[in-house]
Amino acid sequence: MIAEFGLAALWLAAALAALQLVAGALALTSRGAGLGAIVRPVAMVQGVLVAVSFAALVLLFAQTDLSVELVAANSHSMKPMIYKISGTWGNHEGSMLLWVMVMGLSGSFVAAVERRLPEPTMLATLAGQAFVSLGFYAFLLLSSNPFTRLSSPAIEGAGLNPLLQDPGLAFHPPPLYIGYVGLSVAFSFAIGALVTREVGPAFARAMRPWVLGAWIFLTLGIVAGSYWAYYELGWGGWWFWDPVENASLMPWLAATALLHSVSVLAARNALRAWTVMLGVVAFSMSMVGTFLVRSGILTSVHAFAVDPERGSFILGLLALNIGGALVLFGLRASSVTEGERFSATSREGALVFNNVMLSAILGIVLVGTLYPLLAESLGAKVSVGPPYFNPVGAIFAVPMLLVLAVGPLLRWRRDSLSRIKLQIAIPAVLLVGTLIWAASQSIGVLPALGLALSAALAVASLLPLRGRKLRQVKLPLWGMVTAHFGIAVALLGMASDAAFTTERLVAARPGDVVEVGPWQVKLQRIEPVAGPNWTALRGDLAVSYKGGAISELHPAARTFWAPANETNEAALKTRWNGQLYAVLGQQADGGRWQLRLWWKPFVPMIWYGGILIALGGLLALFGRLASDLKRLVARDKIAYRRARQGR
Amino acid sequence: MSEPKPASRWTLWLPLALFAGFVALVMVGLYRPADREVASAMIGKPLPEFALRAAAADRPGLSSADLADGKPRLLNIFASWCVPCAVEAPQLAALKDQGVEIAGVAIRDRPEDVAGFLARHGNPFSRIGADDRSIVQLGIGSSGVPETFVIDGQGTIRYQHIGEIRAEHLPLLRAKLKEAGL
Amino acid sequence: MTITPMKAKHQRLVLALIALVALIGAGVLAAWALRSQASFFYLPADYSANPPEAGRAVRLGGMVEKGSIKTAPDGVTITFVIHDDKARVPVTFRGIVPDLFVEGSGAVAEGRRQPDGTFRADNVLAKHDENYVPREMKDMTTEQARQAIEETS
Repeated sequence: MIAEFGLAALWLAAALAALQLVAGALALTSRGAGLGAIVRPVAMVQGVLVAVSFAALVLLFAQTDLSVELVAANSHSMKPMIYKISGTWGNHEGSMLLWVMVMGLSGSFVAAVERRLPEPTMLATLAGQAFVSLGFYAFLLLSSNPFTRLSSPAIEGAGLNPLLQDPGLAFHPPPLYIGYVGLSVAFSFAIGALVTREVGPAFARAMRPWVLGAWIFLTLGIVAGSYWAYYELGWGGWWFWDPVENASLMPWLAATALLHSVSVLAARNALRAWTVMLGVVAFSMSMVGTFLVRSGILTSVHAFAVDPERGSFILGLLALNIGGALVLFGLRASSVTEGERFSATSREGALVFNNVMLSAILGIVLVGTLYPLLAESLGAKVSVGPPYFNPVGAIFAVPMLLVLAVGPLLRWRRDSLSRIKLQIAIPAVLLVGTLIWAASQSIGVLPALGLALSAALAVASLLPLRGRKLRQVKLPLWGMVTAHFGIAVALLGMASDAAFTTERLVAARPGDVVEVGPWQVKLQRIEPVAGPNWTALRGDLAVSYKGGAISELHPAARTFWAPANETNEAALKTRWNGQLYAVLGQQADGGRWQLRLWWKPFVPMIWYGGILIALGGLLALFGRLASDLKRLVARDKIAYRRARQGR
Repeated sequence: MSEPKPASRWTLWLPLALFAGFVALVMVGLYRPADREVASAMIGKPLPEFALRAAAADRPGLSSADLADGKPRLLNIFASWCVPCAVEAPQLAALKDQGVEIAGVAIRDRPEDVAGFLARHGNPFSRIGADDRSIVQLGIGSSGVPETFVIDGQGTIRYQHIGEIRAEHLPLLRAKLKEAGL
Repeated sequence: MTITPMKAKHQRLVLALIALVALIGAGVLAAWALRSQASFFYLPADYSANPPEAGRAVRLGGMVEKGSIKTAPDGVTITFVIHDDKARVPVTFRGIVPDLFVEGSGAVAEGRRQPDGTFRADNVLAKHDENYVPREMKDMTTEQARQAIEETS
């Protein structure tokens, strides 16, 4: 019953999305104006229904209802409860349902609370949101129905890939999806504004919180995904330039650019067409990323299934949504009037530079991700990895980070570098000093640049606070400073991981002591342990930092039985100044065990920095919402007073 | 405000052009390897030699000699942990009722699981071999479960069906069996 | 130094051109870098007939020859041979191999050719399970499968 109920809710939600599209579009014409009133309520009910449908699927997974094909194929009665629940989105159909749920909910959220846009733009926006949703509903219902029943129930489920059975993996997709799909709001806003040609500061102020919200989730999702890959894959790396990682990075880059250009539009009424363009591009990147991953057209550790039929369907959707939006952009953007002008050395100038560099990096990641496909169509098989992405990305990232240090100090409209030369002297000295030091230490070019930029940026990012009373600093400024400081922190982690990591790979007997960096690691014994659906060989390591207090680490090699698979569980010991990373390998002859150890100084800074970046976004979001609320209350008060006087 | 410039007008269409290029590239990637399903290079070739122990208590094991006794039959690759394998059970049963002999190979399975699977979904097999390391599976060019092969009386592979057998596949399979001499 | 705002009618054009130049620059740079940095996939036959330059990152995929896996006395360095029906390539690898890496099965080694013609792998991937075949290996698996069985059964 639950499955049928969920399916019915999904069909109903799809029907309401169709109604929302038709009513919204008609309401924009002179004859259908009366229909405008139903658009908002329909959008809200649609969101609730698709959420109900998703809840039904979660319930089916929680109960391990093996008469449902999706549950039988992806779950197992002996799996721990949290993985049963996370199994809901650990597969193609469930993750697409999560996708449309977030899309429906964000649409209903916009319908419920957004009051700043002019009504026609609002109607066009909701119609646009319904148009995009409708395509995904069709995809879900026609080619990926998650509620299909088996003719006879399976006796046991087929499990979940054990590599995917991990709290980090289980819970990093939802924030990522909220981020990806949250950007659909920016997309719909851009469509709405193009339809009604209302691009201006009011539009930017309305769009900004939605972009910020999606961007915060996207940032957190990427941070969590990176940490998951770091400890679960057991290779000691934290970013692999895997297509799935790139799929999350590309919308993030576009959203970051959008976040900054929308600020220019809100404050200075400039970069109008460009901001609309980025609104389209950001969500397009979400869809392109999803397509690349879901179609199985690029192989990846995360890909669910190779299925050309589904691939064609999503490709058709992409062509319709993105192509349609870009056609609209081509037709309408030239009639979006030019905004205010500014000089090259100004806050706007720096933000434009940042936008162009972010777009260039986005282009480079996209080209690198698609290149294997291009090469294959020419008959060569290639894979593209860090040797391409790191240096080529850095060519654009380094100038961007330099301007990032200076930009927030510049005034809007027109400024000169000589005005701020005293302020930027400190970071500049730090930059050059670190570079000279790094040159004497035989550190690679990229890590040295990273360390130097990190030091300079850490100081420069705090300079906007100089000479201000900290109590009176507004939240959005705190947000900017925090996020920029977070970039410096993350950069420190990345650069010092690349520059200072030490690695040992040995075959050790129980009782042997291995040194790695400042750590002494003693292999005490290897023992078998059993978990709910796996057995493991676990190493007992006694580790001590510079001969200090001893603590235990337990790297393990796990064997799962449904489906049969094996994974290496890395063990981590975190100190304030770095992480010890231990992996247990296979048995070697002579009673020895392979042991791989890394000492990674300051590596956790990567993720702390990422969290700071997201926190900065959160502060800015609260600041903007608070001032919007204040403005709204003031407006209502005036209206109320007027109404009373009128009476 | 100033009039839009002709030069910036064509730049507005640039994103669309780039996107069209992307779609074209992806279409090539999506459709060019038309046979995404890995077809066996073994069609028309004799089966490799193998001898598998029995996977179920009430059926004998399977060797390549059993499949070259002059009688055409189906060779079904399955596993108890495979969901689509349960889906094709009624179709296999129907084929068996029509007098088609079906030999099974259980991939990476345990006897008690196989027994449970057969009890639940029926046992259309005359013989079932246990292929614990996918050796036979790889040897006959199969890349997944379930797959079904038509073998002629000389032990030569005549046809390969990838994925579960659905009702609509039955006529084709019967035709292929007939071609193989049944 | 003070910069006057650009002439009114030129600003949008200049901005668009700057963005265009930067993006085209990125594209050209990417194309150039990809030509030299993308790592190509080799089968043993290609590898022997037309070897990659030493030191260049490539991937080598094939079957692990039966009886060829040998562990050095240090317990962590292994040598093995990746082959197809036409050629054999000796590989050395220092590290922890995946559990599914066994003789007679498919494997992909990522690494570089050494001047002596052997291959040093930085990473070894094994064929994951019966439902997953690396895209690059699909063509090969069927060709090789026959051989695999001849050796293992």
